[in-house]
Amino acid sequence: MSAWETVIGLEIHVQLATRSKIFSAASTAFGAEPNSQASLVDLALPGTLPVLNREAVNMAVKFGLAVGAGINRRSVFERKNYFYPDLPKGYQTTQLAEPIVGAGSMEVVLDDGSRKTVRIHHAHLEEDAGKSLHEDFHGMTGIDLNRAGTPLIEVVTEPDMRSAEEAVAFARALHSLVSAIGICDGDMSQGSLRFDVNVSVRRKGEEKLGTRTETKNLNSFRFMEMAIRKEVERQIDILEDGGSITQETRLFNGDTGVSRAMRSKEDANDYRYFPCPDLLPVMLSEEQIIELESSLPELPAQRLVRFVEQFGLSDYDARTLSSDLATSDYFEAVVQLSGDAKLAANWIMGELAAKLNAEERTMSTCPVSADHLAGLIDRLKDNTISSKIAKQVFEACWNGEGSPDQIIEARGLKQVSDSGALRKMVDQIIADNAAQTEAYRAADEAKRKKMFGFFVGQAMKASQGKANPQQINELLRKALEG
Amino acid sequence: MSLHQHTLTELKALLDGGDISSRELTDYFLARIERFDGELNSFVTVTAEQARSEADTADALRSKGEIGLLNGLPIAHKDIFCTRGVRTSCGSRMLDNFISPYDATVVEKMRSAGAVMLGKTNMDEFAMGSSNETSFYGPVKNPWDLSRVPGGSSGGSAAAVAARLAPAATGTDTGGSIRQPAALTGITGLKPTYGTVSRWGMIAFASSLDQAGPMAQSAADCALLLQSMVGHDDKDSTSLNRPTDNYLADLDKPLAGLTVGLPEEFFPASLDGRIAELTRETARELERQGARVVSVSLPSVKLSVPAYYVIAPAEASSNLSRFDGVRYGYRCQDPVDLMDLYKRSRSEGFGDEVQRRILVGTYALSHGYYDAYYLRAQKVRRLISDDFARAFEKADVILGPTSPEVAFPLGAKKDDPVTMYMADVFTIAVNLAGLPALSMPAGMIDGLPAGVQLVGNYFREDQILNVANRYQQATDWHRQAPAFGGAQ
Repeated sequence: MSAWETVIGLEIHVQLATRSKIFSAASTAFGAEPNSQASLVDLALPGTLPVLNREAVNMAVKFGLAVGAGINRRSVFERKNYFYPDLPKGYQTTQLAEPIVGAGSMEVVLDDGSRKTVRIHHAHLEEDAGKSLHEDFHGMTGIDLNRAGTPLIEVVTEPDMRSAEEAVAFARALHSLVSAIGICDGDMSQGSLRFDVNVSVRRKGEEKLGTRTETKNLNSFRFMEMAIRKEVERQIDILEDGGSITQETRLFNGDTGVSRAMRSKEDANDYRYFPCPDLLPVMLSEEQIIELESSLPELPAQRLVRFVEQFGLSDYDARTLSSDLATSDYFEAVVQLSGDAKLAANWIMGELAAKLNAEERTMSTCPVSADHLAGLIDRLKDNTISSKIAKQVFEACWNGEGSPDQIIEARGLKQVSDSGALRKMVDQIIADNAAQTEAYRAADEAKRKKMFGFFVGQAMKASQGKANPQQINELLRKALEG
Repeated sequence: MSLHQHTLTELKALLDGGDISSRELTDYFLARIERFDGELNSFVTVTAEQARSEADTADALRSKGEIGLLNGLPIAHKDIFCTRGVRTSCGSRMLDNFISPYDATVVEKMRSAGAVMLGKTNMDEFAMGSSNETSFYGPVKNPWDLSRVPGGSSGGSAAAVAARLAPAATGTDTGGSIRQPAALTGITGLKPTYGTVSRWGMIAFASSLDQAGPMAQSAADCALLLQSMVGHDDKDSTSLNRPTDNYLADLDKPLAGLTVGLPEEFFPASLDGRIAELTRETARELERQGARVVSVSLPSVKLSVPAYYVIAPAEASSNLSRFDGVRYGYRCQDPVDLMDLYKRSRSEGFGDEVQRRILVGTYALSHGYYDAYYLRAQKVRRLISDDFARAFEKADVILGPTSPEVAFPLGAKKDDPVTMYMADVFTIAVNLAGLPALSMPAGMIDGLPAGVQLVGNYFREDQILNVANRYQQATDWHRQAPAFGGAQ
């Protein structure tokens, strides 16, 4: 056991799924030609002014309600002043002293099934910056302002996590929450969620927090986990060698696994925050909040509990299936159609998840409909096909060859359960493999068990996998031993 | 009477009566600009070709019976308003090469009311100054005495109207930038209630104080212009959403029953006795017309200059961060790296006064100083608003001097910014409170015009315009014009 305890707090930037930007009417769609989605406001032309996108406010409130946080009836935008080429106004419009979402919390189910509560200090609304492009400009830097002004909420947790696993479990839970309530598209590859991790270590039993570092802008769970592990190791090494930790901001390169200091506390900017005089305080009425609350869908945490209670799933299965809305809707549809939660869960988390993963697809673009998967489960349950054949049928469904019934029919995959035909086949196998039969009959019980598989294999081969395995087992045993 | 001696209201009557076309009027003023502005330097850009084409359009519309409020009337815009396809410099080297791709709401509204833009007027750089000496395009001269300043920051608009190179102009007022130059050049100018005129497209100096307004020969002219400038604008979050007032309806209303408050703090012992006297004489004229004059007190007004010179530079330091040499405007030659690009573009692109205010504002917002300066200044602002609220319980309008002095010689205060700032003492409190106020000429001192200021309660532009118009119907200070350019 290590003598050190890790303390982790997170700041998460969540890109809100509004159609237009937080202070302008420009589109927020990802991947457009550089600077084609930058309006006069986003370019910070002289004389332009911000107008708050009410939808961004609503989304922030929904988040607050979903984590049981206090919603501030009045919140204030401030300017965070610093110079950077992809920050066109020379300040970021954000919230500081009076954020829109106050303190809340989230309960997270860990891999071992235990539960952990992470407190949320607050969440505030702000605008994203543009992007600096360092390639292809011959020693110059290109600026793309399409992302400038994209609405974000920054969620700030308390330092409540004690390991990389806990931090990742929280991050995943947050990801599924913001996706489920429809305020974020959840696409990590497009930077829709970005994590800053604050890490410190202290000797076990010590109450005082150690000096922390902040590793910025991690955009995958894997990088986040790697970065935390590396940072914990680095800090412990320094402390065990008698050194001390410098409070600093660090950058982690996920490809090389190496982190480096970006700037220390001493040369941190003085951001000269002050209330933005171009924007009025955001005021929320009781009615608006109640209306937003009633528009919230079932939350992943609520769904998880329901899946355990209603379908008898394990915590692990329930967590996996409830993590995103598309998956849980799909699961529920398959259960409804097939009436078998266990098989539905197994297929979705097994075969289906593997295929999605291999082809880098998400549930929303899954080519196998819930209807088809339920049909497949039906045919499995009524013994029309074996589980081995089911995998073939699934594959064909995936490739768009039709419904399971059509595929079974077209390919002639129906399980052979006709005992006359099977008996004939078994007799033929015994006759064709006289030597093996001889050996089997001469062998003791233990050896027979091992040899039996050979005959089953022959039968499956002869029937092209369609023979009902139970019947074949019975007939073979009788024929060999009889 | 020559055309240029007419007020805007009179010119409108001539146009409406078919006595003259917009094209003739426009050509006439373009010719005056051409002839006299070389000496005055009141315009940064003259848009002659565009003006003629707009005048032709106005004449064509008039013939079809489509007559806007300002149909065919030539005006000038302060170069702080963005004008599509036309350089919008804000008096700065920083924007010397900036052609705006869009129109300010004020410009758009006035154009759609039929106004013809003669050009863009000179101004203190980024509206920072009270003498029009900080412009990248050189100082504007006061047409009453070419060796003197016209005031600022809307000095170009003021001088152009005073010299009758334009019948009217727009200005902006952050701490007195419409009223003080109006006073120093003998014209009438109005700063509306904060939020009445859209700030979209008006290059920001101090966002919580900036307000656009009209500058012209008379209160009636200002009412006409203001009517076409106001209105809620979705593009400005601080624009007020309320029904539009009618500023023209009550212009002639008698003053019987009106109470005029004279704040004792506006008559300090140090005030030039002649300015104090002509202000009191103005009060007596209003009394003669049936108004009652009372004394009011604005004890916190003495704190307005220090509070203003924290808040305005603080907001400016942030507002002017966008001028970084990256996307538009001035960029230094051959920057070696990003820091060099920022430092040299801003050091070379901004003049001294702008840099001074950016530094002051940056300091005031710095960590550890914010509470002592910015926050305290905001508290003073609240106190000043409360003072006015109490005064308006006793009086309908408040009367005082606009400026403690008449036009001073060019260069006299150039190296003494604090003395320059102190002269803003009577105008600044009004901006801090967000109230409407008007300056009008009320006498002459040593051959130079002096102005008085009427402050109204929130949204009572109609009332101060009414008082000023009644005053101007009984006096002729506003008809006095300088000898320069045959303006008389």
